[in-house]
Amino acid sequence: MSRIAITNGRLADPAGTAIAEGAILIEGDTIVAAGAIAIPADAQQIDAAGLVVAPGLIDLGVFKTDKPAFHFGGITRAALMPDQSAPLDDPGLIREATRGGKPDFWVHPIAAATRGLEGREMAEIGMMQVAGAKAVSTGRQWIADSGVMMRVLSYAAGLGLTVIAHAEDGGIAGKAVATTGETATRLGLSAAPACAEAMAIARDLALVRHTGAAIHFRLVSTKAGFDLIRAAKAEELKVSCGISPAYLFLSDLAVTDFRTFARLSPPLRSEDDRQACLQAVADGTVDVITSSHDPRGPEDKRLPFADASPGMAGAETLLALSLNLVRNGHVSMNRLMALLCANPARILGVSAGTFAAQSAADIIFIDPDAPWQVDSAKMAAAAGNTPFDRLPVQGRVRRIMKGGQFL
Amino acid sequence: MPETHSAPSPTGLSGRENFPHRDLLAISALKPWEIRFLLDEAEHWVAVNRAASRKHDDRLAGLTQINAFFENSTRTLLSFEIAGKRLGADVVNMHAATSSVKKGETLIDTAVTLNAMRADVIVIRHGSSGAVRLIADKVDCPVLNAGDGWHEHPTQALLDALTIRRRKGGFEGLIVVICGDVLHSRVARSNMLCLAALGAQVRAIAPPTLMPECVEAMGATRFTDFNAGLEGADVVMMLRLQNERMDGAFIPSPREYHMLYGLTPERLARAKPDALVMHPGPMNRGVEITSGIADHPERSAITEQVEMGVAVRMACMDVLTRSARKVEGWA
Repeated sequence: MSRIAITNGRLADPAGTAIAEGAILIEGDTIVAAGAIAIPADAQQIDAAGLVVAPGLIDLGVFKTDKPAFHFGGITRAALMPDQSAPLDDPGLIREATRGGKPDFWVHPIAAATRGLEGREMAEIGMMQVAGAKAVSTGRQWIADSGVMMRVLSYAAGLGLTVIAHAEDGGIAGKAVATTGETATRLGLSAAPACAEAMAIARDLALVRHTGAAIHFRLVSTKAGFDLIRAAKAEELKVSCGISPAYLFLSDLAVTDFRTFARLSPPLRSEDDRQACLQAVADGTVDVITSSHDPRGPEDKRLPFADASPGMAGAETLLALSLNLVRNGHVSMNRLMALLCANPARILGVSAGTFAAQSAADIIFIDPDAPWQVDSAKMAAAAGNTPFDRLPVQGRVRRIMKGGQFL
Repeated sequence: MPETHSAPSPTGLSGRENFPHRDLLAISALKPWEIRFLLDEAEHWVAVNRAASRKHDDRLAGLTQINAFFENSTRTLLSFEIAGKRLGADVVNMHAATSSVKKGETLIDTAVTLNAMRADVIVIRHGSSGAVRLIADKVDCPVLNAGDGWHEHPTQALLDALTIRRRKGGFEGLIVVICGDVLHSRVARSNMLCLAALGAQVRAIAPPTLMPECVEAMGATRFTDFNAGLEGADVVMMLRLQNERMDGAFIPSPREYHMLYGLTPERLARAKPDALVMHPGPMNRGVEITSGIADHPERSAITEQVEMGVAVRMACMDVLTRSARKVEGWA
C-alpha cells in the first residue's frame, strides 16, 4: 500500500499538550504514526511548509450536507441532524444520507429519536444504527414527555448510542424567539427566560442518572446550564455538551436591529451568560464546538424577526472563530482540536479526529494567522446567513486530506 | 419465598405436609420440594392422558369448579376446563364479557357471590396484579391463580418446569434463557422464581425498556444483548410481545424487535446444540420467533408445553381438593 509522510508541520495533536514539530505517517486511508517518528524511505513526502497540521474537523450537528462550505472550513466529517424535509426516522433515509458526500466528505447521519420527530413514538433506532446512524437526537426540540425521553435514553443506551438532546423546556420556550431581557423588551419580541435551558438539562440529567444512558447536550448557552453539567460530570454521569461560536462571541445585543441572521435556536443570551460560556470552554466543561451549520436562504430570513427561521451558516467560520479562543488564551491549540475533532469522533464512535494509529487519515493544514473577512455575499455555503458578516477573522485551511487523499 | 436452589425436601413428609396450602396463588409462596411434589403428581396425569383407553377419573365427581376469567384467554381456559372435566368435576365457565362485572359489580361482590354458590374450587384469571388474592381472601374454597396482571401465572411455570424436566432430566446447572417483554410478563416472573428455586441458572433478556428494575432479586441475570445471553443456553424460552408494546412506546416496531430479539436459526446456533425452544403461546411468528424454529420437530417443545399444561392443572386441582374430599392424610 502507498505510504505518505507529512513533514515539516506543526502538529496540533488533540491528545497532546503543545504544538510540536513532527511528521505523520499514513498508509492507505489511515494514520500509522505521528510525532517525532522515523520516516520510511519509500514514503511519499509532503512538505507542510510550517503550517499547523490538525485532524480534519468533525462537525457534531449540522442541518445540511453542504460540501463547499465544509470544504472551505476544513470539515471532513459532519453528523447530520435528523431534521430534514423527510425526518431521518427510517433506515432507508439514513442509508441515503450516508452517501451524501462520499468520497471526499463523510456524513454521519443522526437518527431521529421519535417518529417524525414528534416526540411520541420511538423510531427504529436499532435499524437506523445498522444503516449507519452514529447517534440519536431529539432534533430541534426537546422531547416534552419525560416518559418517552426516559425510554429513548434507555433504549439507545442498550444499543451503545448517545442521545443528542436539545436543551430547552418546550413549555417555557414555547414560540419565543429571544431570551428574556432588555433587548427583547425594547424590541417587543416574544421571549423566554434563559432558565428554560437549565430546566431541560436538569430533567434530562435526572433521567440519565436513572437509566445510565449517555447524553450530549448539543448547544448549551447559559451559566445555569453549565453549572448543572459540571456537577453531573463530577458525579461521573455520561454527559457531554457542545456550543457554537455564536454563543461564545455574541450576546442578545446582536439582535438589536432585528437582524434575522442573529435569530438562532436557542436564542442568543445575555452578556453574563456569554462570559459563562467562555469560562465553560476554558475549564473543560464544554466538550465540543460545532458550527450548527444551517444555511437559510432569503425566503427563510428576509422576514420579520419572529417569522424568520432560526439558524446560521457556520461551517466556514467555525475554525477561524474558534481560533480566537486560542488567541485569547482560553484554550490551547491542542485542546481546541479535541473540541473540534477528537471529542466529536468519540461521541459518534468513529475512528477519526485524532493522530492515533488506525485513526482515519483525515488531515488539514491550517494557516492560523491568515487574515480574511467574512462576507455573506461571497460564501461557499448554500446561503450566506451569518451574523458575523463583515467581521475580519484569521485562520484559513490551506489543504485538506480525506482518507489519505488530498482534495 | 422459595428456598434458594434445589433444597431437598425435609425427610418423611406425608399427606398434607407435601403441600400445606389451601390455594395455588403464586410460585413465590412455594418451597422447592412443594414444587417438585406437584411436578411428580403431574407425571401421573401425563401417562393417564396418553393411555389408549383413557378412563374418566371421577375423583372430583360432584365437585363444582368455577373458572372465573376476568381477562380473555382461550388456551388457559380450555386447559383448565379439560383438566376439571377429565377429573369428573362439574365445570362452569364465567366470562368477564357476559358477567355482572360489566354491570359494575365490584370484584369483592363477585367473590362473595361465587362463594355463596359454594364452589369447591375456583380458577381465576384477572388483568390486575393481586386481584386473584383479593378474591381468594373472600372465598372459602381453594383458589387457583390462572394469571393475575403482570404478577404470577403459577401453573404456567409448573408446566414449563415439567416440560424441561422430562426433556433434560433435571435443573441443576441448566442455563435457561427467558427473552421478551419481561417487564409486563407474569409468565416470566413465575418462571424466574420457579426455575431458580429448582436450581437452574436463569438469564432474563430484553431491551432496556422492557426489563424490570432489580430483576436480579428474582433470581435472574440480566442481559440486553440477546446474542450474548444465548451463549451456551440449555433452554430458550421466548415470550410473546403484545401489539400495544410494539407501536413505538417501548420498542419502535415488530421488525426492529425481530432484528434485535427474534429467535432465528443463527441465534439459536449460539445456544447448546441440543437446546430446547419453548414459548407459552400464542406466538407472533416472524417477530419473536421464526416459524422454522417454532415448528422444529426436535428442538421445539412448544406443543409438549400445552400437553403438560393439562396434566399439571389436573394435578393441581386434585391436590388442592384433597382436603375437602377427605383423602387420607389430607384432611
